[in-house]
Amino acid sequence: MTSTLSIEDIWKLLTEVKDPEIPVLNVVDMGIVRNIQWNDDVLEVTITPTYSGCPAMDVISLNIKSILHKHFAENVAVKSALFPPWTTDWLTDDAREKLRNYGIAPPEKGTSDKSALFAEQKVIECPKCGAKETTKVSEFGSTSCKAHYKCNVCLEPFDYFKCI
Amino acid sequence: MEQHEKFEYILRLGDNALVLGQRLGEWCGHGPALEEDIALTNISLDLIGQARSLLDYAGQVEGAGRDEDKLAFFRDVRQYRNVILLEQPNGHFGDTIVRQFLYDHFAWLFYNELMKSNDDQLVAIAAKSIKEVTYHRRHSSEWIIRLGDGTAESKEKVQDSLDRLWVYSGEMLTPDSLDKKAQEAGIGVDLDVLKKDWHVNVKGVIEQATLTLPEDGWMHSGGKKGMHSEHLGYILAEMQHIPRAYPDAKW
Repeated sequence: MTSTLSIEDIWKLLTEVKDPEIPVLNVVDMGIVRNIQWNDDVLEVTITPTYSGCPAMDVISLNIKSILHKHFAENVAVKSALFPPWTTDWLTDDAREKLRNYGIAPPEKGTSDKSALFAEQKVIECPKCGAKETTKVSEFGSTSCKAHYKCNVCLEPFDYFKCI
Repeated sequence: MEQHEKFEYILRLGDNALVLGQRLGEWCGHGPALEEDIALTNISLDLIGQARSLLDYAGQVEGAGRDEDKLAFFRDVRQYRNVILLEQPNGHFGDTIVRQFLYDHFAWLFYNELMKSNDDQLVAIAAKSIKEVTYHRRHSSEWIIRLGDGTAESKEKVQDSLDRLWVYSGEMLTPDSLDKKAQEAGIGVDLDVLKKDWHVNVKGVIEQATLTLPEDGWMHSGGKKGMHSEHLGYILAEMQHIPRAYPDAKW
């Protein structure tokens, strides 16, 4: 069976695959899907991990395969590529807004001092009340991609999506 | 540089990440505070992810059909190529942080240089890893300052950790013949240059922490050639026991 769906349709289809740890985001919003192409009769989807040890990659790969299998009889291959390395700059504006609404402060855009030994403390807005007075509790949070903050105004703890 | 030498070189990098990652995993549920428990295990996860990429690639370079799992779980102590520093026991929190601090500063410089390698896959792994190591290095450096410039007790303890672990720092910074070959082939990193930068960076943090930089003297070595301390065997026994007991098990 030959697919009647275009590559563009497949990109659209993959927006139904959610990140298992942040279910408001899909893998296209996240910038995890890097390429989709036909290689003879094999549909090749290239994905990239957010962090080297991201434990969600196997599930994401499985979910991509299963949704494509629902629409195709063909072979689907999900490949992983490390280069160019994933960056939070690939998160779409839409994804940032979804994160904020979900209670996770989105990463800052394109900060230039990512490699500095001691980064200046950034102003991270509380995603719950919008206050700018927040404190970093720990640079490591509930998943590799998040840091742990608390709001000094509404006193709620929250996650900040780390900028890498 | 011959293929088997390139394999050895990549194995060293993979084993460094794997052994330190496994060590940090031992802190799971035992951290001094919840945030630190999570931080140490997050760092462990990054390192094990890096180890997977490196060992997977080492297996491809070797071309003998060994994948990342075969290399991680079915090699004995003498076949491991990590530096001895990284297999040292976790000790108290100060010991763990000093070990991490010495390695993070090395790894950060190393991966920055490795991004200039003529091997595309090593460049890709380095470019990925550097983002993670940047966070690790900041974390351990901040703790060195906090412990060193903290209470009298924390200062005494972390100075003692630094003095005891310093003798293990030389191995990763001192090139042997394989390091030199890798560098000449344009694959690896020039450790002589790296060592100078490492000293400047480490000294800067130690001074800010009001600690005393230990003097360079005799240094432990041998891990890169498979001669390890007694500790590695215990790590491997724990890490390898399930796959060795059930070698045909599949997920």
